[in-house]
Amino acid sequence: MAASSDRSPPPFSSAAEQPEEAAPADMADGDSDEGEDIFVNNTNPVAVSRGVSQPERVSEEPPDLFTEEEEAGNTNTKSNGVHSDDDNDLFADAHVELNTDKSGSSDRKELSSSSSSSSGPLPSSSFTQNPALVQPSSLEQLEEEEAKDSFDLDVAVTNPEKVGDGMNAYVAYKVSTRTSLAMFRNKTFSVRRRFSDFLGLYEKLSVKQSHHGCIIPPPPEKSVVGMTKVKVGMDDPSSVEFVERRRAALERYLQRIVSHPSLLQDPDVREFLEREELPRAVNTQALSGAGFLKMINKASEAVNKMTIKMNESDTWFEDRFQEVENEEQQLRKLQAVVDSLVNHRKELCGNTAVFAKSMAMLGNSEDNTALSRALSQLAEVEDKMEQLHQEQAASDFFIFAELLGDYIRLLGAVRGCFDQRTRAWQRWQEAQSTLQKKRESEAKLLWANKPEKLQQAKEEIADWEARVTQYERDFDRIGMTVRKEVLRFEKEKAKDFKSQIIRYLEAMVQSQQRLIKFWEAFLPEAKAIA
Amino acid sequence: MMEEVQEVRSALSVHGHDIKVTDVLRDGDALTFVIVSQKLSGTGEYHVDRTYDDFEWLQQHLFSQEDVPGIQGVIFPPIPAKPQVNASAKVLKQLGFLGLGEWQPYCKALETFLRQVASHSMLEKNKAVEIFLTSTDPPGRQRARKNIFNRLSQAVEEKRKEGHKDVDEFFQAARDQNLNLTGHSKNAAERFLDVVLTEQKIAVACGHFSAALHLCVEAGEDPDKQAFSRICVKLSEVFESMKKNMTSTAANDVSTLGLGLDLESRYQEAEKEMLFRRTCKLVELETARRNAEKAKPVKKTAMEEVKKAAETEFDQICGVAKQEIARFEGVRVEILQQALVQWCEQQLLTAKESADQFNQYLQAFRGMA
Repeated sequence: MAASSDRSPPPFSSAAEQPEEAAPADMADGDSDEGEDIFVNNTNPVAVSRGVSQPERVSEEPPDLFTEEEEAGNTNTKSNGVHSDDDNDLFADAHVELNTDKSGSSDRKELSSSSSSSSGPLPSSSFTQNPALVQPSSLEQLEEEEAKDSFDLDVAVTNPEKVGDGMNAYVAYKVSTRTSLAMFRNKTFSVRRRFSDFLGLYEKLSVKQSHHGCIIPPPPEKSVVGMTKVKVGMDDPSSVEFVERRRAALERYLQRIVSHPSLLQDPDVREFLEREELPRAVNTQALSGAGFLKMINKASEAVNKMTIKMNESDTWFEDRFQEVENEEQQLRKLQAVVDSLVNHRKELCGNTAVFAKSMAMLGNSEDNTALSRALSQLAEVEDKMEQLHQEQAASDFFIFAELLGDYIRLLGAVRGCFDQRTRAWQRWQEAQSTLQKKRESEAKLLWANKPEKLQQAKEEIADWEARVTQYERDFDRIGMTVRKEVLRFEKEKAKDFKSQIIRYLEAMVQSQQRLIKFWEAFLPEAKAIA
Repeated sequence: MMEEVQEVRSALSVHGHDIKVTDVLRDGDALTFVIVSQKLSGTGEYHVDRTYDDFEWLQQHLFSQEDVPGIQGVIFPPIPAKPQVNASAKVLKQLGFLGLGEWQPYCKALETFLRQVASHSMLEKNKAVEIFLTSTDPPGRQRARKNIFNRLSQAVEEKRKEGHKDVDEFFQAARDQNLNLTGHSKNAAERFLDVVLTEQKIAVACGHFSAALHLCVEAGEDPDKQAFSRICVKLSEVFESMKKNMTSTAANDVSTLGLGLDLESRYQEAEKEMLFRRTCKLVELETARRNAEKAKPVKKTAMEEVKKAAETEFDQICGVAKQEIARFEGVRVEILQQALVQWCEQQLLTAKESADQFNQYLQAFRGMA
């Protein structure tokens, strides 16, 4: 059962109200699990592994996923950019969706019943939180908690560790889940997964008929170059950055999957999160090289080559598809600019460091004591600024560049859904045309008077009539799914961008404050030169 | 066209400390600088137009004051390198900070030069200074008499004298220190320039990002699309603001510390040239002494004369040099202090404005639907 005692998060008040105090505790290296909340330390790998950790920086990140949800107005965001501040609303929607979903399974029914039963007892029992907090101060808050309760799952990817040696080495990540959902065996649990496992999950989800029309979040890209460096050694800065980038991307990937109401129900997802040992995923070749987008584009081409073109009675799909394509182009442009911005910031880091050294040398050579001291102080200020620039570059990169990259791939996934709908339509049309041919041959057989063949023909016609009906229903269903998915995507996108931008601005405000402090400390030194 | 200037010395009729280079006019490839100085007596100003060649004319006249005893011991305020419209990469590199912007840093450097000259007791009395600052006609374009230390330190054959051991501890120390500081200050100025250029690149990239975000704005009534469009517009404003801040930061860097380091570097070079002149004189003196010693009776008196003259000149130079070094120390510390304080104050201001703006944007985003 839930061994949640060792996973209790730090007391709420210290985590959110006085971030500075929580920070030192959070600075523990990701390897030790003792008394440490991995959701709190979500942000640590960013700080620790990049060697630029500042207590202030860690503290600004909301430490505990759950604590945010308690504050309805709190718009702090998780480290990995999948919105979480409106999980409340999301779950409310999902709650509804679950009930109306036709393709039920025993799991779903279980969930529905558990959701209705949770309206009774207080949710506090399923959370490992400071009990003081969970007392609902109002009915409203209680209702919020119930909605969250019935559909609550949080996932984190942490602790990348190199397994094995040489060219066969790989990195294993810890995937930790915390949930109140009844369909899982425990409330909190974790497993170790490698990158190909994540790809394998995507493979499994994307081939399922039941998910057709759904926007399945794409996994991060494979990278031969990146991985080769890591295999050689995980300690140099570029490897550290690569692993951190991948870890964060995998986390966002999983978070997007589990926040999708239908995907969360998928047994493969559950297995991925829960099962101790997962069979090695082998069919991931399609995702290699330029990976995901290449795959989508190839499929698109195949669809477009089909001779039968769709007649849209409703321009909604055409319009939306065009918008998606346009948006993808625009995001690519943005991504290119962000890349250049990140490079310039890194350059500024380097230049600032070199300048700091030159000032230190100048200060050392200086005879005038006050001037010498001021120049040495200046060198120190510039050193601190270099770190600031470093973090700024990281912020630009980890927030914007990755966000844009994610959405470019997500838009590819959206295009994929549209293609699926088109294929469904084509299948239906082809069935209709086959049915027509069967009817024609039946007519011919009537004329030719061959009773046995006639019987067979009639059977085939019945068969194809059934198929036509089925395919038409499939097409309609996919159409509805795509509509729903696109609307949900737009909502999520707006929320996601907003929360990432807020995170970015918070970091900017912080760094400006630090900058102000540097200058204020230096000014008296400069004035003291006589 | 003025006649060749007589070496008459008289007091300067304007205030030296607030000479301003107020404007720079561009006519094709030619640059003209407008110089304004305040009359000492009563109210009133002098407005004159000068080109770079005029500045060089002034400097030549200052160099060629042979009648002033010990003139070679003066640390001459440095003049910036020749400016070029649409400068080549090589010229830009040579100009450093002074080549940035629309010549404002350059004007500032010329201004500092004039102020330094006008407040130097041995230089300001030269008539050329008065003419330069007050005469409506352009000063003579013809070259001054070929002077004894034009480009002296560049002369290759003289270079080997640079390391000549000194007889005076004070001056040996001064030379060593100067060598140190010349190198370090030049290096610091160049490294700081790199920082500034990168800041400018970042500003440009922020501008691009801001512009590109506008392309993401979509028309339509869909509330989620509208939400996203609003986000893009706001973010675009954020990055436009970041661009302004970065541009401001870079401009502040140039106009305060940049100019300060540039001046320090060029002034150290000027001191180096003075010390080298003295060293050359020392070598000359030592040669004269040896010659006097070894001279055959016929030549003896003549050699003694030469030796005496060399000694007198050398002593005069040393006397002036000592004063100059002390004066220079005061001037450079003051300049650097001013540069550092102004730099710090301006950056503090920009940082505070930035912080405010980011806070405002943060609130705006938090409040967005």
